[in-house]
Amino acid sequence: MGKMRGAIVVDIERCKGCNLCAVACPLNLIELTETVNRKGYNYARQHTVEKCIGCASCAMVCPDGCITVYRKKEE
Amino acid sequence: MTTEDIIQPENRVYGKPSLMNDTPMHYCPGCSHGVVHKLIAEVIEEMGIEEKTVGICPVGCAVFAYRYVDIDWIEASHGRAPACASAVKRLWPDHLVFTYQGDGDLACIGTGETIHALNRGENIAIIFINNAIYGMTGGQMAPTTLMGMKTATCPYGRQPDLHGFPLHVTDIASTLEGTCYVTRQAVNTVANIRKAKKAIRQAFENSVNKRGSSLVEIVSTCSSGWKMSPEKANQWMEENMFPYYPLGDLKNVNKE
Ligand SMILES: Cc1ncc(C[n+]2csc(CCOP(=O)(O)OP(=O)(O)O)c2C)c(N)n1
Ligand code: SF4
Ligand code: SF4
Ligand SMILES: [Mg+2]
Repeated sequence: MGKMRGAIVVDIERCKGCNLCAVACPLNLIELTETVNRKGYNYARQHTVEKCIGCASCAMVCPDGCITVYRKKEE
Repeated sequence: MTTEDIIQPENRVYGKPSLMNDTPMHYCPGCSHGVVHKLIAEVIEEMGIEEKTVGICPVGCAVFAYRYVDIDWIEASHGRAPACASAVKRLWPDHLVFTYQGDGDLACIGTGETIHALNRGENIAIIFINNAIYGMTGGQMAPTTLMGMKTATCPYGRQPDLHGFPLHVTDIASTLEGTCYVTRQAVNTVANIRKAKKAIRQAFENSVNKRGSSLVEIVSTCSSGWKMSPEKANQWMEENMFPYYPLGDLKNVNKE
């Protein structure tokens, strides 16, 4: 059976850098960037893209609805 | 398989609900209000009743909720949302009518309106954001502030002789004959967010089907008012709020 691969897209201008997505990610794939967005927040970024399983934990806890999650079975 | 192959519309499994618009929300980073707004938008969208829904906004941080979720809203004066909702639901009995209120709004200035609307069994749903503080006005003590908890107006901690005891308003609601569903939830983890969403759905269905009043308390954080990081605020809530405001259903008359 093919393994699930996931990917996230962060709306970086909407992000407030609360870090709750990073706390929620079961694989610890998210961190806040050193750089800031236009509002001055360090925004969320997935540092290890290949390991994402698309579980959507990060997106569900995001209070600002900044994260869109995609999931696809590996052929 | 590349990331580009995965990021395709047909593979989208989760995102901001379409009823939540792109207006940036004014809430502080990590605030529970945002998660609950998202759940409300998701539930209304899934029920397909956005054209037959009226929400009543409070005074408090959620005063601008109407800017973010694209349904019809009324802005009530402080604490009067349940009275306003009662009127709307009586005029439009087939609509989903709900209020969205903080603990200062619901359990202090609006205690009378809230208790009496619930006691009359108005067919409305009340979403109650209990962050144990007045967030909007700068972190003053609320009726739900915990014993010993420090706020701007009880800098040495809440003391019973001076400030009285935390008001268990949800427990009171569960004793009223007009309520059909009274529950306490939280949105700090994925599992709790799922449960809170189900609770909101149940409360909204009760309103549409005229089964009586529903109250969904969401034990929430206010990282700014509590002066903590959002992560620390969630931990503090788990350690201090949950023992005092335990999660779960207090009453559900429609459950077999
Ligand atoms: C009649 C009236 N009295 C007092 C106020 C000041 N006031 C604004 S918001 C608020 C309390 C908000 O606290 P809460 O309902 O817990 O909402 P939160 O901001 O914590 O979400 C108060 C007392 C007001 N706006 N109107
Ligand atoms: S949870 Fe949302 S707002 Fe908070 S850091 Fe992550 S993407 Fe940004
Ligand atoms: S003051 Fe508290 S309740 Fe208000 S938006 Fe900020 S964190 Fe949320
Ligand atoms: Mg409050």
